[in-house]
Amino acid sequence: MQADAILFWLFSGVLIISALAVIMARNPVHSVLFLILAFVNAAGLFLLMGAEFLGMILIVVYVGAVAVLFLFVVMLLDVDFAELKQGFVQYLPIGALIALLVAFELGYVAVGWTRSPEAAAAAAPSGMLSNTAALGRVLYTQYFYFFQAAGMILLTAMVGAIVLTLRHKEGVKRQNVAAQVARGPATAIELRKVPSRAGI
Amino acid sequence: MYDLIVFLPLLGFLIAGLFGPQIGSRASELVTTSLLGVSALLSWIAFFSVGAGHEEQALVVPVANWLTSGKLAIAWALRIDTLTAVMLVVVGSVSFLVHVYSIGYMAEDRGRPRFFAYLSLFTFAMLMLVTADNLVQMFFGWEGVGLASYLLIGFWYERPAANAAAIKAFVVNRVGDFGFALGIFLLFQLTGSVGLEQIFAAAPGLAGKTIHIFGADWDALTLTCLLLFMGAMGKSAQFLLHTWLPDAMEGPTPVSALIHAATMVTAGVFMVARLSPLFDLAPIALGVVTIVGATTAFFAATVGLVQNDIKRVIAYSTCSQLGYMFVGLGVGGYSLGIFHLFTHAFFKALLFLGAGSVIQAMHHEQDMRAMGGLRKEIPFTFWMMVIGTLALTGVGIPFTSIGFAGYVSKDAIIEAAYASHGIGATYAFACVVIAAGLTSFYSWRLLFMTFFGKRGDWAASLGAAAHGHDDSAHGGHGRHHAAHESPMVMLVPLAALALGAAFAGVAFRSWFIGGGFEGFWKHALFLGPTNKILEDMETVPWLVSLSPTLMMAGGLLVAYYMYMVNRAAPKALANANPLLYRFLLNKWYFDELYDFLFVRPAFWVGRLFWKGGDGFLIDGLGPDGVSARVLDVTRNVVRLQTGYVYHYAFAMLLGVAIFATWYLFGGIR
Amino acid sequence: MVIGLTHYVTLAAILFTIGVAGIILNHKNIIVILMSVELILLSVNINLVAFSTHTGDLTGQVFALFILTVAASEAAIGLAILVAYYRNRGSIAVEDINALKG
Repeated sequence: MQADAILFWLFSGVLIISALAVIMARNPVHSVLFLILAFVNAAGLFLLMGAEFLGMILIVVYVGAVAVLFLFVVMLLDVDFAELKQGFVQYLPIGALIALLVAFELGYVAVGWTRSPEAAAAAAPSGMLSNTAALGRVLYTQYFYFFQAAGMILLTAMVGAIVLTLRHKEGVKRQNVAAQVARGPATAIELRKVPSRAGI
Repeated sequence: MYDLIVFLPLLGFLIAGLFGPQIGSRASELVTTSLLGVSALLSWIAFFSVGAGHEEQALVVPVANWLTSGKLAIAWALRIDTLTAVMLVVVGSVSFLVHVYSIGYMAEDRGRPRFFAYLSLFTFAMLMLVTADNLVQMFFGWEGVGLASYLLIGFWYERPAANAAAIKAFVVNRVGDFGFALGIFLLFQLTGSVGLEQIFAAAPGLAGKTIHIFGADWDALTLTCLLLFMGAMGKSAQFLLHTWLPDAMEGPTPVSALIHAATMVTAGVFMVARLSPLFDLAPIALGVVTIVGATTAFFAATVGLVQNDIKRVIAYSTCSQLGYMFVGLGVGGYSLGIFHLFTHAFFKALLFLGAGSVIQAMHHEQDMRAMGGLRKEIPFTFWMMVIGTLALTGVGIPFTSIGFAGYVSKDAIIEAAYASHGIGATYAFACVVIAAGLTSFYSWRLLFMTFFGKRGDWAASLGAAAHGHDDSAHGGHGRHHAAHESPMVMLVPLAALALGAAFAGVAFRSWFIGGGFEGFWKHALFLGPTNKILEDMETVPWLVSLSPTLMMAGGLLVAYYMYMVNRAAPKALANANPLLYRFLLNKWYFDELYDFLFVRPAFWVGRLFWKGGDGFLIDGLGPDGVSARVLDVTRNVVRLQTGYVYHYAFAMLLGVAIFATWYLFGGIR
Repeated sequence: MVIGLTHYVTLAAILFTIGVAGIILNHKNIIVILMSVELILLSVNINLVAFSTHTGDLTGQVFALFILTVAASEAAIGLAILVAYYRNRGSIAVEDINALKG
């Protein structure tokens, strides 16, 4: 077998196993860790496919930010997961049914699909551009508006997250820059007449 | 002139009805009464000019066109012939006298403008009826008097008994009107017209014609006349459709005098006489008329024997006398019936108005058992009532034509019943002779109980009303104050009517039924070739001529014995025959019978349609059902809104799966 | 064997199914639900990139990039909501959130 075939089977196998572990683990921290494993394997698959930029981004963003965020929240909240595991069996039949249905349909498509004759022929990759450069060429030109919109989404998400979670705690010293700058003798100094040998 | 006679009362109705509250009660009274006075005066002028005149054909005074639709052409027109003139006089005079009387009788009533407006409305409708030149106009008048009767019976509308009586009168009349309308339709189909002129012209051609209805062959004229007579039965309270008349006594006494004695109830008699060209060619129908009339005469007289309410006795007397009139018509003597109508109007109105005077004097007490000895206290009224009773019972000199009004007209009918060879004539003769005796008894009983003896003579039987349902007294029980005579405005009409009751028979006999017949009636009444009743009745055996007087005397003697000599006799007789007494007291249980046969089923059907049909079906399928279904659906849909985000997410997943399945295996490819 | 497009698509299908099953089975556990959503999005990404590689069209990868962006922000917001909810209620038993019940 070729190397990429072996790597493919390896990566996809671990990916699937860790995905199953995510949904079935008892300990939430384990779930998050298995999620990280899944992401890393997926990044590997991307590399295999030749989309190295995306693979690295997966590691940086998903693993580095999102999964860590998950971990933070899991650690932060004092949750009784055992209680949350109840009701597992109640929905098992219907869950299994829906999942199998979806799987079947996906398989049906996967096996029976053909390429439409109108689809554009494979464009030869131009020259020796790296994946990143090629992506950049397309992203900032053809998909510029989408790119800006994605930026907007990120901005909104950031603002939203702050708005949802920010609390002003009492007694925390914070800077009021405007007050500092506008400081003058009237607010800074207080003149006291002190008789000699007495104190303040 | 004829326009004025008919439309002046309408003007009175409009003025008093529309402007009564503004112009006040006194003005309403005076306006309506004076307009009616003019109308009455003109009607007497018309009577003499038509009766004594030489105009052979009926005079037709067109008023306006009503409707024309294809073959059907109906116009408003007044038909003036002798029959009309007679009715004009009756209606006009009695109505005018009742108006005058009501000024006194209703003096303390708050609704006087309304009352006088209704009286004038009634008079207008009745005049339209009698002057109608076509059957539809007659039907208009017919319904109009029915309406006015309803309004006047229920005049004191705060009393539930009055409302019930008004509805009863209207509904029972309706039953008769149904037959009348069918008769009109049938006539239109047979002759192509509803105008009297055309119908009379076509009548001889219809004799013997048969029509096919409901799978059977009927003689056309007989069927038509029977249907028309059904209307007359309702309006004139004949046997089977009589139940409304006694209850109509809930209305004020002047109303009873005008409507239920002299005019409205005689509309049926008038109608049969007017349609004599048709009836005389349908002997079977005439036979039915005779039998029904005779039965009514007998039946009503028996019930009147035991009634205790003074107005009800007179009401049953009216019913009975109407039966007499129909007997007269049925044996072919149309003029006999009309003559009795004419005289009866006078003495019956007199009796009613006199009874009103008595009731007024007794402070609205109507039960005769609370009365007694009024002869000394209200002598004028007493003598008026005596004249009325003499007229009603038919007091006169036998073997002559001299006597009070009832003697002349009633005895003529009795003789004619004997002489006739028509269907049911013998039965009719027996009935009317017996009824004559009964009439005499109850009339004198009324007089003796009310005016003789002492107050409170009969009061013992007042409390002991355990014998079945009693027509109980209205208002307060008679206090033992001295009764005082009524004001002049009430006594003058009594006197005028008394004149008529005394002398109308003698004065007008020859014109109506005697030698002056031809010259008076001319062509107003139709007598077929075989109708020789007027001659035949002159040649009856002497015993037959004497029989009414004998019966009258017999009744008087029995009444005198039971109510003057031996005052315990009535009670003893009632106790000896309790079943019979109760049977008569409860009017042969007709009200109960009709309640069982018609009223209850009607209410049951009505309730079925109301609760079942309307409530359950229509409301259930319609608004209520729709709204309830909406609520049901909503209640179930609401269960989807659990509030759990997880359920919503699951629903979304489900939706996605379904969409995918649909698009894969279903529509878009 | 040559690893072709079909393999990748099948893999993505399996992953998707696992994600869906995770949502249904762990309905009380909101954090696992969020993680299952991430799995679903990952499977979609794999699909997109596989097709992009196969057809040589970079559009798939660009779109996968955008999905990444959105998934990240969505996870952040979801967790922020969870934290705010936890602060108010003291637990993350989401069956108590039924104020929208009609």
